[in-house]
Amino acid sequence: MSRKERNAFYARPWAGPNRHYDIFKEGAIALTVTAVLVVALSALFSSPDDPSLTYQGWAQSAPDNFYATAVSQLAGTSGTATYGPPYNNASDGLSVGPIALQKWTGVTHPVDTANDFVITPLTSQVEPNDVSAALKTWNAATADQQAKWAGDYDTAVQATADDNGLHLDAVAKGDYGPVPDLAKGLLAMANSGSYDNAMTAQQKFFQTDQTKQLLMMGDGSYMDDKATALNLQGNTWGMMNEAGSWPGQIWLAFWSVWYQLPAFNNADGGTLTDNADAIIFFILVLLILMFILVPWIPGVRDLPRWVPVHRLVWKSYYKKYGRASS
Amino acid sequence: MSTETTPGSHAAVDDFQPTTWTGSIRKKWLETLPPEKMLPENQPAYVASWIYVFGMLTITALIIVIASGCILTIGGIQWFHESSIGHFVNSLHFWSVQLFFLFMIVHLWGKFWMAAWRGHRGLTWATGAICFMAGLGTAFTGYTITTNFNAQWVAFESKDVMNAVGLGSIINVTNLGQMVVLHVVLLPLAVVAVVAMHVLLVRKHGVVPPIDAIDPEAAVATETAEVSS
Repeated sequence: MSRKERNAFYARPWAGPNRHYDIFKEGAIALTVTAVLVVALSALFSSPDDPSLTYQGWAQSAPDNFYATAVSQLAGTSGTATYGPPYNNASDGLSVGPIALQKWTGVTHPVDTANDFVITPLTSQVEPNDVSAALKTWNAATADQQAKWAGDYDTAVQATADDNGLHLDAVAKGDYGPVPDLAKGLLAMANSGSYDNAMTAQQKFFQTDQTKQLLMMGDGSYMDDKATALNLQGNTWGMMNEAGSWPGQIWLAFWSVWYQLPAFNNADGGTLTDNADAIIFFILVLLILMFILVPWIPGVRDLPRWVPVHRLVWKSYYKKYGRASS
Repeated sequence: MSTETTPGSHAAVDDFQPTTWTGSIRKKWLETLPPEKMLPENQPAYVASWIYVFGMLTITALIIVIASGCILTIGGIQWFHESSIGHFVNSLHFWSVQLFFLFMIVHLWGKFWMAAWRGHRGLTWATGAICFMAGLGTAFTGYTITTNFNAQWVAFESKDVMNAVGLGSIINVTNLGQMVVLHVVLLPLAVVAVVAMHVLLVRKHGVVPPIDAIDPEAAVATETAEVSS
């Protein structure tokens, strides 16, 4: 039979032998079995709920890192400050060849790291005299002067880094203007817990957008270190892992696998690492389209005929009624 | 005088001459999916393998996902941090999602190796595949609204993928309010709509015959011969 004839044959209403079948009975039994399984799994294994990180926790457990992150927000050298769209125009973002969707969609969620993460939160509460004076000096300075102070201090702070981390007491002396006092003030604010409140509220009563909160949190090493410890990084199948011993989004394996390939893997210095997210996204879109269109893709749609798994499914039927030659 | 007799019987449908939009839709519906196709009491003899159960199991897991999700919605997204009952309901939601995907993946692989798209059933496969993708999006947004460390990390990391292709300007995964609405309203609606379409297509076209099935009449003859001997 030709493919067309076979398809016509398979499309005909079934006129062969039947068996009794009760869809509602099957549904009721299936629902009972699934419900029992779900209740048993929930009772036995519960579900993950690792408390969210706070700035207070960050400031108390890694104060030097928080301090240095605050400086980098003023200097414009943090991950967010150099990110590009949709937060700012500091870079073009990712692209695949000439396709630069990140750049083309532009800045839709503007973030000014110096003001949003440091100056505005500090201004939202009564500060000690030195911090208050530092704020006045900063606000009165030109943008170029601010950039010079913060840039120089950021470089000096990062220069103290070694395998044991930063050494803030060893920062080279220089003219850093009010920047050290601003960073010190923000660290004190975080230590007290009021930075959490200021970042959550964003000077509003109703506020459900955590974009700025998360960007600031992610610019330091606090959240990243915890994710690494929990095997949640992309290059360790983190996309489909869950904190703790619970199963995560295992169904994302088809996505996560691409991040394990050396070409896309940061840890291996892959050639496509810089644009990995965009390239992998486009590969996945293509694969998802192929997945949806399997019935119309020659070769792929013929696999089940060539690999006889179906003989297991219909073993008893074939045994009783036989098979037509293909 | 009405010409309708037994609802859904072919004679009644053929005789029925609709005069309204509603009537036209009813006629089309009954022609496409008469009650004996929609709710059959028999299935072809080849529908006799455990693999056929996984479609139904997927739907039952989805029912529990939605039911537990509705209870969580009443309590609010932070409820499960503060209440042991809330945490248990969250566990029901978590595990039913795990089972939903487990059953669906087995169902998908089963249907792949059975080449279940044969006989003009391509759209049935396509809706199943779309259902998997819609489920994936729904589950993903669920992970961004758990208001715990995992939500922080998932949102922070996944924003890069969305931003890399410009989607982040519309769908901001770090916006909790937007994710809650997507997860609780829009995406579940999409999943349920696609599942409903998938099930209706299965009922319309029937379960695909085995690869290389013999002519059904010959199979009936075999059965008749067996019974008489």
